[in-house]
Amino acid sequence: MPEGSIKDGIGASVRRKEDKRFLTGSGRYTADISRPGQLHVHFVRSVHAHANIKAIRTAAAEKADGVVAVFTGEHVAADGIGGPICGWVVTNRDGSPTNEPPHPILANGKVNYVGDHVVAVIAESLEQAMNAAELVEIDYEVLAPVVDLATAGSGVQIHENVPGNMYFDFELGDEAAAEAALDSAATIVELEVRNNRLIPNAMEPRAALAEYDPIDEAYTLFTTSQNPHLTRLVIGAFMLSIPESKLRVVAPDVGGGFGSKIYVYPEEAVCTWASKKLQRPIKWTADRSESFLADAHGRDHINKVRMALDKDNRITGLRVDSVANIGSYLSAFSVVTPTILHAPLLSGCYKIPAIYTNVKGMATTTAPVDAYRGAGRPEATYLLERVMDKAARQVGMDPAEFRRMNFIPKDAFPYQTPVALQYDIGDYEPPLDKALEMIDYKGFEARRTEAASRGKYRGIGLSSYIEACGIAPSAVAGALGARVGLYESATVRVDPTGTVNVFTGTHSHGQGHDTTFAQIVADKLGVDIGSVQIIHGDSDKIPFGMGSYGSRSLAVGGAAIAKAVDKVIDKAKIIAAHLMEAADADVVFADGKFTVAGTDSEKGFGDIALAAYVPHNYPHDRLEPGLEETAFYDPLNFTYPSGTHIAEVEIDPATGVVELVDWACCDDFGNLINPMIVEGQVHGGIAQGVGQALLENAHYDETGQLITASYMDYCMPRADDLPNFKVDYTVTACTHNDLGVKGCGEAGAIASPPALINAVIDALSPLGVTDMSMPA
Amino acid sequence: MTTVNLTLNGKRVSADVPDNTLLVSFIRETMGLTGTHVGCDTSQCGACVVHVDGESVKSCTMLAASADGADVTTIEGIANGDGLHPMQQAFHENHGLQCGFCTPGMVMSAIELVKDNPNPSEAEIREGLEGNICRCTGYHNIVKSVQAGAEMMGE
Repeated sequence: MPEGSIKDGIGASVRRKEDKRFLTGSGRYTADISRPGQLHVHFVRSVHAHANIKAIRTAAAEKADGVVAVFTGEHVAADGIGGPICGWVVTNRDGSPTNEPPHPILANGKVNYVGDHVVAVIAESLEQAMNAAELVEIDYEVLAPVVDLATAGSGVQIHENVPGNMYFDFELGDEAAAEAALDSAATIVELEVRNNRLIPNAMEPRAALAEYDPIDEAYTLFTTSQNPHLTRLVIGAFMLSIPESKLRVVAPDVGGGFGSKIYVYPEEAVCTWASKKLQRPIKWTADRSESFLADAHGRDHINKVRMALDKDNRITGLRVDSVANIGSYLSAFSVVTPTILHAPLLSGCYKIPAIYTNVKGMATTTAPVDAYRGAGRPEATYLLERVMDKAARQVGMDPAEFRRMNFIPKDAFPYQTPVALQYDIGDYEPPLDKALEMIDYKGFEARRTEAASRGKYRGIGLSSYIEACGIAPSAVAGALGARVGLYESATVRVDPTGTVNVFTGTHSHGQGHDTTFAQIVADKLGVDIGSVQIIHGDSDKIPFGMGSYGSRSLAVGGAAIAKAVDKVIDKAKIIAAHLMEAADADVVFADGKFTVAGTDSEKGFGDIALAAYVPHNYPHDRLEPGLEETAFYDPLNFTYPSGTHIAEVEIDPATGVVELVDWACCDDFGNLINPMIVEGQVHGGIAQGVGQALLENAHYDETGQLITASYMDYCMPRADDLPNFKVDYTVTACTHNDLGVKGCGEAGAIASPPALINAVIDALSPLGVTDMSMPA
Repeated sequence: MTTVNLTLNGKRVSADVPDNTLLVSFIRETMGLTGTHVGCDTSQCGACVVHVDGESVKSCTMLAASADGADVTTIEGIANGDGLHPMQQAFHENHGLQCGFCTPGMVMSAIELVKDNPNPSEAEIREGLEGNICRCTGYHNIVKSVQAGAEMMGE
């Protein structure tokens, strides 16, 4: 752990700079913003899962009080407006490309899920728009829905260019080697799991406010986005076909994302398009019902797993055959999530010589499914950690010891897995040991006995996970089908007085970047954290950015900031050498001061900043004035956080209620910049994983109606559903970024569901229970 | 239209609003105080909690007209000048917030919880916050914050 040179530097649990505005009601979320003369849009959505549109009658709505315009898919098509694009595709087993159906922003003759966007009613007030929407008449020819994932392939075809409702048929690994391992196995462990469908439910519903300036011929879009530059790219270049310079996208304070705010949705595109057509600002705020219906959902896989063990109980092979529900359209990361972000994780933290997996991505008449906290890695971890527990039981080993004997040994790094990834560094036994100690694993049987005396079934369950995050090296991503680069940018602008502005292409929607990033800068420059300002979320201010997802903000964005700061220091050293009449090489920078070795010459950072902007005595022959540097950082590899989470539960046989009584985890995130913030990320991730394992489930009935479309039907984790969490860390520093950091945002959500389900199965094992589906 | 007169964060305010205006719309749109948030449409999430005559109320479930004559306090009105209310300070010290969206409602609920029960146990806090949903924190640090806030409010 690098020691911070100042109290608010790297490694300090600095209280967050952004807190005050949120605590005093001064946060500025998209729905809080209003523009003079703004209109409100309300969307008429499909009430059918699958139907042809025979007619839309809007005349009555158009005449209703306050209505300014009513738009349908015909207007969109007439203006040549494109739809959301898929940002990452894969090549099928047979070499053919992913099947990509069109996705109009307002339905063009057909609807494909309940909640699909059909008509946009725009009025002076939201209430007028909603009232007028009631007057819109749509004649549907109802088609058979395709709801069940397992039988989606034999259902009625949804898209003309998606035969058999299969978007893609992906494979990774060596099928022959995996089959050979299974053929020669001493033990074969088989398991089929369903990774239940979730609805992300960031507490701030999505919103958009678009405005067109006829003088500049330019749009401004305020929106709830995790990546405003990607939104600008997609809406500007692919939907409206306008120069990117004519669209400013601002993502102000954003109330959580968890993946659901990565994508460009039809609503913000309609607002942007209509703002020019009507020459008035257009505002939309989702109500929670719309969030349930039309935010991209998460997970929804069925995985068939076969694991081979030799006679010494070492894993020799693994085969996983999966089907993934992609939903009605291809959302931006819908293809990469169950493939590239999933299949390469199947080695987990184990030495598995042969792995093969096939993933079929299926179209259904349900909401689009895309990345949700963890994105593909929770699904991989869930099936692997479930089968690890089942294997341990099958061969009669302690689950912890079975994991330990199959861990990749610490001297094996860098470790090349058979599924594409090369883990740079890791050491999996210390976090396992620490977590076992934290929960008093040895004392568990006594606790089980004590619980039994109270009539309760008590169980304990482990999960040792790895994830690949810090997405990603652009060249690797490109080779795997990404249509964007995955670097990050940072500009560090030093003011003449020595205060520092950092412009980052990542976006903070709860992660505390204002603080963590400021700590990095304050530490490296030796300045007070209060003099460092982090600016993000505005495409007009930030050079470029790929945004925040995949636990990439610190490992990629933070690394870019560190690089830009290093460039500032390099330039400042030359200025300092000039002012102190010393050779560059003799200037040392530490604790915010430039000194010349062997002399008492000294210049503060502020002195150099002033000299850079008031360059009267300045090395003009070598440097331009000013002190501002930009860095683009493209990582060399993913980062690989890992660790062990352990859940302990008690089940009341009278009610079947699972009480989560204890949680211990030990994670290796590499170096920690702000341990307090990291711990908060772990807590939140675990809570979402507990939600998946015990409480949450998105359910469509057989007609394709979403049954869980409100907080009265979809069970969110509440304060009284959760315990306090015991959290600790080990550190192996990432080898390929300057900060040695790996990322921490998704680990809790990745690690926790299998730990919890393993605990539930353990608790009920005296009753002969060997399997349990989520939510338990 | 209805004329609503009430005291909002210590100031007398008055406005003519449609009869069906919710208190949360009156606060956010008519009065422009956007610290009170709307996170759902079924009165489940608690992001809109304010105090009406000292009691915490989900302002999405109350008509503005029903608050006529009442003393309404929102998140913007609990601090003393530039300082923070002890509960706000406790949330800051204990990292009881992440994205901040549920925070105003959470703080308002927490203040009332502590007013009713000055020394709440962890279980009482968890039960008392059952009407406020947070998606970021896992509640661990919110519970710590409320415990600390209760101590600070008692001082």
